[in-house]
Amino acid sequence: MEKAKADINYKNPVISIRGLKKAFGDFEVLRGIDVDLYQGENLVVLGRSGTGKSVLIKIISGLLRTDEGEVTVLGHDVIHIRDKELQELRTRMGFSFQNSALYDSMTVRKNLEFPLVRNRKGIGRKEIDTSVERVLDAVGLSHTINQMPSELSGGQRKRIGIARTLILNPEIMLYDEPTAGLDPLTCIEINDLINEVQQRFHTSSIIITHDLTCAKSTGDRIAMLLDGQFQRVGSFDEVFNTDDERVKPFFEYNFIE
Amino acid sequence: MDTVDNSPAPAAKKGPSGKQRLLDSFATLYKINQFILRFFKEAFLPPYEFKEVIRQCYETGVRSFTLITFTGFITGLIFTKQSRPSLASFGAQSWLPSLVSIAIMRALAPLITALIAAGKVGSSIGAELGSMRVTEQIDAMEVSGTKPFKYLVCTRVIATTLTIPILATYTAFIALLGGYLNVAVNEGTSYTTFWEQVFEPLTFVDFIGSLAKAIVFGFTIGIVGCYQGYYSTKGTEGVGKAANGAVVTAMFLVFVEEILIVQIAGWFR
Repeated sequence: MEKAKADINYKNPVISIRGLKKAFGDFEVLRGIDVDLYQGENLVVLGRSGTGKSVLIKIISGLLRTDEGEVTVLGHDVIHIRDKELQELRTRMGFSFQNSALYDSMTVRKNLEFPLVRNRKGIGRKEIDTSVERVLDAVGLSHTINQMPSELSGGQRKRIGIARTLILNPEIMLYDEPTAGLDPLTCIEINDLINEVQQRFHTSSIIITHDLTCAKSTGDRIAMLLDGQFQRVGSFDEVFNTDDERVKPFFEYNFIE
Repeated sequence: MDTVDNSPAPAAKKGPSGKQRLLDSFATLYKINQFILRFFKEAFLPPYEFKEVIRQCYETGVRSFTLITFTGFITGLIFTKQSRPSLASFGAQSWLPSLVSIAIMRALAPLITALIAAGKVGSSIGAELGSMRVTEQIDAMEVSGTKPFKYLVCTRVIATTLTIPILATYTAFIALLGGYLNVAVNEGTSYTTFWEQVFEPLTFVDFIGSLAKAIVFGFTIGIVGCYQGYYSTKGTEGVGKAANGAVVTAMFLVFVEEILIVQIAGWFR
């Protein structure tokens, strides 16, 4: 499905990354990343497994440290940020994990309430219930409210994971492989949900994937990560209309509409 | 910056040199030290997770109840039975309740409770947190602006520190009941006489020493289980290692602490 045009403010980057480098031991994963994410934009980061895509968003969210470079998120330098400020900043960012990372000892309701009651001091029961119902409705899974994560399908788990991030009304969404391990129809549903979240919650998003259907359906801009750097950045057609031998096989071996 | 350091403390390279191993050991000790300091820093600062502490107390206490009851009773019964011949050779069977009470109060009750808790609770904490780490649930808490250390670690360590002294007191009572059963059947000692003889040799230091031991054991089991699980790596293999590491390390430390506390308590007697 082609993506509808989004309302993007190119004058206002919500994430700015300059000269970002990260190595694990002798293996240099990121070798100088420069990119901006603009307000209202969905930026898809494409690349093969092990190229450092997930590392990038873990650095943005402060889960990993950089070796070199600058990362500014919503005006905050996340490299030198204090613990308390980082904690506050994280409430403005949603992170959807590859394996959903639902708290498996809690029901769906408790999963959704968990970030809310800990970040909104003095919030009442009624407000909590309203927020939970709102995000569950947004992902179309209101009926699962009292279920345990183990009772949900893979696609439902992804949706609940996204709902859990939406409950704090984030300005930025970070999706780590949102369609990995799902059947094609569920992938389409997740892609639609990502676009719906962008429209309904006015989020700016970075979507990490190696699924070209997901990239084409959700991305306003694509950044191709190769050899630790963004080799090609632009629209889907701009990125893949190339003779670059490192990019062509990636396109040719993916199934796409 | 509050980042998650998932890297294992020791270097993972094959065949590290002796010097490297020594450095790794110091790095691990430093990391454990930081973990304990972080516990004290976060446990006493708001917001407090009272509900979760109560839930963890339930998990630690109530779930171990049956095993503790069974083990405590058998220990008291067997210890009394095995001690009788030695005392009988001096014609001193009447000292049996006193001997049993000293052994149980001073050493056996806290030690048995701690060893059972290390196996049951410590492994469970290590496996649970390890599983949460490898499935990114801890990262998910971190990125949602909550404090996983406070919610997961502080609550569990507080729970084990609170419940193991209670369980140890209960174990002592149950073990003494086991002892009473044996004494009553063999010597026909009355219930009142037995308990009088049980409390006669015990001093305030015995009660405080036993309680202090149980508190230290509880803290150790909690902190070791949490440390192993919280820094678990390498997927499902890491979860198994975390559970195993929690039990082995906690049991080893419990014995070391037992020796130290016995020595310290001896100075006050």
